[in-house]
Amino acid sequence: MRTKSIFRVLFLLAILISSFSHRALASGGNDEPFNSGEAALHHIADAHTFHLFGDIYIPLPAMIFYDRNGGGVTFLPSSASFDIGHHGNGNLAIDRYVLKHGVVQRIKDTNFPMGEVKINWPGGHDSHDHASDDHAGHDHAGHNHDTPKKQTADVDSPGHDSDQVFYNGKGFDLEHRTTWDGELAGGGKTSYMDFSITKNVFTMLMVALILGLIFIRVAKAYKQRDGQAPKGLQGFIEPWFLFIQDEVARPMIGEKHYRRFMPYLMAAFFFILGLNLLGQIPFFPGSGNASGAISITIALAAFTFIITTINGNRHYWEHILWMPGIPAWVKIIITPVEIMGMFLKPIVLFIRLFANISAGHIVIVAFVGLIFVLGESGKNALGAGMGVIAATLLTTFMMALELLVAVLQAYIFTILSASYIGAAVEEHHHEGEEAH
Amino acid sequence: MTNLAAIGAGIAVIGAGLGIGNIGGKAMESIARQPEAVGDIRASMLIMAALIEGAAIIAIILSFFIR
Repeated sequence: MRTKSIFRVLFLLAILISSFSHRALASGGNDEPFNSGEAALHHIADAHTFHLFGDIYIPLPAMIFYDRNGGGVTFLPSSASFDIGHHGNGNLAIDRYVLKHGVVQRIKDTNFPMGEVKINWPGGHDSHDHASDDHAGHDHAGHNHDTPKKQTADVDSPGHDSDQVFYNGKGFDLEHRTTWDGELAGGGKTSYMDFSITKNVFTMLMVALILGLIFIRVAKAYKQRDGQAPKGLQGFIEPWFLFIQDEVARPMIGEKHYRRFMPYLMAAFFFILGLNLLGQIPFFPGSGNASGAISITIALAAFTFIITTINGNRHYWEHILWMPGIPAWVKIIITPVEIMGMFLKPIVLFIRLFANISAGHIVIVAFVGLIFVLGESGKNALGAGMGVIAATLLTTFMMALELLVAVLQAYIFTILSASYIGAAVEEHHHEGEEAH
Repeated sequence: MTNLAAIGAGIAVIGAGLGIGNIGGKAMESIARQPEAVGDIRASMLIMAALIEGAAIIAIILSFFIR
């Protein structure tokens, strides 16, 4: 019976995965080798659209505030207005904003016309050829006018990954999107404010909604069935709740203070667990990689840091700033290390969650990418078939492992938060020992 | 530079693997000696593994940024 259901799952997964191989064969004759690293990074990235399948995308509200004509602030209502086409690339540019791989980006060049403009993308077969044709025609005309040569030269080498769009045969550079470091470590920083409900924000709202529905029902059940054994959903949630309360909060923070921090620890645990599990589902309501987005884990760790810092008692600050019981010259060395450690603890907290969840997703995309690698991007049907078998088995294994990681990382985030908070509110031990 | 970064990530993983393997082995040993303390041992084992993993993850992330 059990083997039967395992085979059923494998079969369903194989069907799901072989849809990729169909796409691999459909794109046959693509000379570029498949780059699974690049594909994986693009799949775990945040986006302004929700990819369903093929070229079908669900547009999400793109609320981008920007300065139009030097005065006033305006915003784009929805990512649908970009006319989403193949690969999530928008066919239209609106006021110098374009949609690339489902992500809104801005065109740097101020020579690009405002308003709605039809554009072409590099790399794609039809659009690229079209761009070259336009270019050839343009070059003839360019001898008469004094067209800026720099822009036309860019068209000659449109790499697959070049950050450009084409309009009238000219290449226009795209601005890099803001990265978490805000251009400090070589990332980009955009010149507009993006308050869009992106895929990750949508996932977070979804998790909040699901958790709200579950916990309101469970809380009602506790009121109605006071003194009776838990039933249904209540019976499912209670062990998780008691586990966090009795195995995490109570021993780490201590009997006296733990109740104060229960709401935060519970919220963190169930929210992270919900994000992790929803990210596991490979299609529509899931697939958002929210707990693998560094900005979101930074925000979660920031809560832990703020709660730890404002609840730190005299004892905690004394241990950081002027550690008692050691010689003064050691204190001078210890104090900077302790202050660094104060910030390093939440930093490692967010990096751990981000890296673990992202790594799992990258590995899954890389395994599915085996189809494209073995199938030599559509030239080798037998290889693609072998790839489907290999990808199905490896992905099943990886998904099972990721289920474990999803629960484990939520638990570790909660227990480490609890231990940091516990260190901050801990009572002085020495007097207690003397009293014994 | 990218190749060097990959080698660095590999070395970091070796270190973390040794550390986590040690913790796991010692935890198994202590559970065998004192089966009644399995809950406490498991919790501390996971925390310690998470701390070691943190060091390895920082190394891997740094090697991602060196391009």
